[in-house]
Amino acid sequence: MTASEATVDRRAAREAAKRERARRGQAIAAISSVIVLGGLAALALTSPGWPDVRDTFFSWSAFKDAFPDVLSGFWLDVRLFLVVEIVVLVLGLVVALIRTSRGPALFPLRLLATVFVDLFRGIPTILLVYLVGFGVPALELSGLPTDPVVLGGIALSLSYGGYVAEVYRAGIASIHRSQRDAALAIGLTEGQALRHVILPQAVRRVGPPLLNDFIALQKDVALVSILGLQEGFRVAQIIAASTFNYTPMLAAALLYLCVTVPLARVVDRMGAGGRARV
Amino acid sequence: MPLLRPATLLVSALVLALLAGCGSKSSSTTTGAVSASDCTPSKLQTKSAGKLTVATDKPAYPPYFEDNDPTNGRGFESAVAYAVANRLGFSKSDVDWTVEPFNSSYAPGPKSFDLDVNEISITPPRAEHVDFSAPYYTANQAIVAAKGSDAASASTLADLQSASLGVQIGTTSLDAVNSEIQPSSDPKVFNDSNDVVTALKEGQVDAVVVDLPTALYLTSAQVPDATIVGQFSAPGGDRWGALLAKGSPLTGCVSHAIDELRSSGELGRIEQRWMSQAAQAPVLH
Repeated sequence: MTASEATVDRRAAREAAKRERARRGQAIAAISSVIVLGGLAALALTSPGWPDVRDTFFSWSAFKDAFPDVLSGFWLDVRLFLVVEIVVLVLGLVVALIRTSRGPALFPLRLLATVFVDLFRGIPTILLVYLVGFGVPALELSGLPTDPVVLGGIALSLSYGGYVAEVYRAGIASIHRSQRDAALAIGLTEGQALRHVILPQAVRRVGPPLLNDFIALQKDVALVSILGLQEGFRVAQIIAASTFNYTPMLAAALLYLCVTVPLARVVDRMGAGGRARV
Repeated sequence: MPLLRPATLLVSALVLALLAGCGSKSSSTTTGAVSASDCTPSKLQTKSAGKLTVATDKPAYPPYFEDNDPTNGRGFESAVAYAVANRLGFSKSDVDWTVEPFNSSYAPGPKSFDLDVNEISITPPRAEHVDFSAPYYTANQAIVAAKGSDAASASTLADLQSASLGVQIGTTSLDAVNSEIQPSSDPKVFNDSNDVVTALKEGQVDAVVVDLPTALYLTSAQVPDATIVGQFSAPGGDRWGALLAKGSPLTGCVSHAIDELRSSGELGRIEQRWMSQAAQAPVLH
């Protein structure tokens, strides 16, 4: 037997062993999935209350009846979070830039920005929706919006603006100061350094946490329902309350998943891409 | 290795589907006619023996309850509950009250009450999931608007089509608005009667539609600047019943007690005492 034949043999044996391990891994995964998932399902399905739960939460006919109405309500959610996301991106960036600014003349602005973040990030979003939605029209000042869609959007923008400002700020702070020094050294102004050197790197770095906040926002738009708006969750709630069947809520939950899960996969992919580059 | 291979998923799905097929059909119970002799505290299977546990939401508003205290026997539904308890042989001290928000009152699973009196309308789809007693009240809907507003001067339901209207979730008022007024924009649907009142106060809506007795309290105490524009009946009539767990052994007896209260004239007297102003609002068509 020559040396090269021995190498080929060893390689074939290694490949075979690897395949065997993979096959065994698959078999174990399948068996464990069946035992765990099947066990959980069996536990739910054999519970004494299951027939009631099935009729009130998983009724196909109730789902079919409710779905078109819930979907049309959900359209308001989609429009609302798309607009609020854009507002939040801009608002958060402005607040973060003010908070990271250095000039002594800007101190009052920095103070305001800090108060903004503390205040709107610190108040429960549902409370903020309540206060803005019912409080602003009570001022009876002309020129202020009274449309609950606008008011709810403003409340969500304030709340998520606070979060996103901090995400941006973390990103800006994570860019090493040598980047700024280098930019200034080659003759860029402070503003140019920010615009062309620091921000592009900072924003790229905070992409995943930004999208993570957007996933939260896409669910929290349901909070505007307390202002009486017939968005997806509220429509489901209306049908549930009039039929005493919770299945419409399941329809609403599925619709929220339809917008949050794809975004979650995008975040995953961005994370994986980031690791690959490193 | 990926989390789950297609083959793994397929096998798991098949097993789960088989398990799902084993779910048993629910059996429905029917409550037959009852005789008064079956309806005594010793024979009734209440939540706690010898006690009748009655639920309502909190805060509990006039004219259904007074001073947010169901135990004082004052207010229409408090009085009805004590009258029913009395018919069944429970003394006033044997009646326990518990708080049950409307939105959870119809959840499947064990209930924390024997019966729930919370201005709940009886409808066939609802009756698939809970038991209702015989109705103890039939409510008309009322339109309430700020004094001097366009909506306040409406003399027909059609005059209100362009108004922005507010209602409370879970009430028949929403169906009544959609079918009788057919407004040009979606009515606003609020969490509870508090938010309905706030929305009217702050001008978020031009008018609100509520049960007529609620409107009386709203205009007399909560928003004195508001006026009852008129009343109209909900499609099919809005009859209120006590809510009980599906298949509750008490449903027959509670219904029997309410029927007796009606035929003896006692229910009429309770209604007269607490809801008498309801008849005075003009009827809109």
